[in-house]
Amino acid sequence: MGTPAAVRVWERSLLQHRRVWRTSLLGSFLQPLLYLLGMGLGVGALVDGTTGSPELLGGVSYFAFIAPALLAASAMLVGSQDSLWALLDGFLWGNQYRAMTATPLRPTQVAAGLSLWHATRALLTVVGVAVVLTLFADTRTWGLLLAVPAGVLTGLAFALPITAWTATREGDISFPAIMRFAIIPMFLFAGVFFPIEQLPSALQPVAMLTPLWHGVELCRASVLGTLGAADAAVHVGALLVYVVGGWLLCRWAFTRRLAS
Amino acid sequence: MASAPLISARGLVKRFGGFTAVDGIDVEVHPGESFGFLGPNGAGKSSTMRMIGCVSPPTEGELSIFGLDPVRDGREIRSRLGVVPQQDQLDVELTVEENLVIYGRYFDIPRAECRRRAAELLDFVQLTERARSKVDPLSGGMKRRVTIARSLINEPSLLLLDEPTTGLDPQARHVLWDRLYRLKQRGVTLVLTTHYMDEAEQLCDRLVVMDQGRIVAEGSPRSLIAEYSTREVLELRYSPGTNEARAVPIADVGERQEVLPDRVLIYAHDGEAALHEVHERDAMPESSLVRRSSLEDVFLRLTGRTLVD
Repeated sequence: MGTPAAVRVWERSLLQHRRVWRTSLLGSFLQPLLYLLGMGLGVGALVDGTTGSPELLGGVSYFAFIAPALLAASAMLVGSQDSLWALLDGFLWGNQYRAMTATPLRPTQVAAGLSLWHATRALLTVVGVAVVLTLFADTRTWGLLLAVPAGVLTGLAFALPITAWTATREGDISFPAIMRFAIIPMFLFAGVFFPIEQLPSALQPVAMLTPLWHGVELCRASVLGTLGAADAAVHVGALLVYVVGGWLLCRWAFTRRLAS
Repeated sequence: MASAPLISARGLVKRFGGFTAVDGIDVEVHPGESFGFLGPNGAGKSSTMRMIGCVSPPTEGELSIFGLDPVRDGREIRSRLGVVPQQDQLDVELTVEENLVIYGRYFDIPRAECRRRAAELLDFVQLTERARSKVDPLSGGMKRRVTIARSLINEPSLLLLDEPTTGLDPQARHVLWDRLYRLKQRGVTLVLTTHYMDEAEQLCDRLVVMDQGRIVAEGSPRSLIAEYSTREVLELRYSPGTNEARAVPIADVGERQEVLPDRVLIYAHDGEAALHEVHERDAMPESSLVRRSSLEDVFLRLTGRTLVD
């Protein structure tokens, strides 16, 4: 007796994940590897020969520039996808979260268990990317150890607010728009593939508000060994705003949805 | 009854915004009883069940379950309840056994103990041989039995069943009724909602008829029929659209008449005699049927409406 409630909710997610862990694990190595080969080495061959590019990229190769950013970007993609359809199922189609709150579990404990699972998924994803990064000399650094928690924090900065949003939904009509108009644009424009200084100056502050940019900056600076304390504090602080804000919204939304 | 009630509600109200789902009901359920909330969709049965299940706080009134307060002691109450929701809410990608074990974990029952109880419960609902198959491909009746087995994992003394057999075929319903009857024999208190008269008659010692958030009658199925209906009912079918007109000349046959869109009901102590009288008056229907009064007739009498539209 005496397992924390959130862990007991997390056990269910783990059990479900056991059915798909092989494909999921393969994906978490294969996807970053493909990006690294295609973008890092392929596009990198064009970029690295251009005059001015070393200054823009902070004195590193294009490969070394984008590879660490994939830690944060992968965590974002997994965190968002997990928080949409799969989560709505528990509220709407399968209604498993209602079954949970018929037991001693409270809605906030269900939210806590799902958040714990989001953290687990983010960790597995980020570790997968980190292992791939150790295959390349440019990114085989001790800073990867620091980048892993940064990546997990980035994943949660997406998973928790989106989970709260999903908990208020009666259908999935908004989900494709979230992917198309929020997640994919962030992936493309928030500093993963090029520095945000390249954006029109009006858009730079917008990019700086996104959790992905903070996650990317943290991961990149960690891996490349250029992380300063002040920058680290700003980026971690910004991510925490999304994580804590998302958690408070989750508490509110789960209680409203499951105990009204 | 001398024993303290398991459930006691007084002036219980549930509002959602401006909509009143439950409008001041008084209910007492005693240990070992099998108690039913009967009424059409939207009568307030499920809202009542959710308040009793401590997942929906009452808007007004007093409610106590096991002598405890559902708002303050919700966790404690829920740990002693079994809940069979209207929709199965199973994890369809997991196996039958995994569903039971994971649900037991929500009660913080150790894993090994969950497995032991799961085996016992699957035997009880006759699904032992399906323990390791996924839930998804099971039939509706089997899924329902999984849900019932799951609701018993914490060995509850009070089981709440919301529309337990809605959507099942007759054979599956009888299998379920048999299992529920066995639970009752073991001393489990059953509280169920249904809009099926036969289900209420099969399972309930006592029931309340609900309509538009209020209780309109209370008693045993037999006493309700005796009070609000006659022993027999004569059902007459005339050609479509002519019921109203054809009912007029036979309005005084039997004790009471109800004209429905598809048939005319004549309430009488002796249905055959009433049919004879109808024949005498040359009001020959296209078909006729004499049957015993049921709770359906009680409901019709009390509300002027049929239960299942």
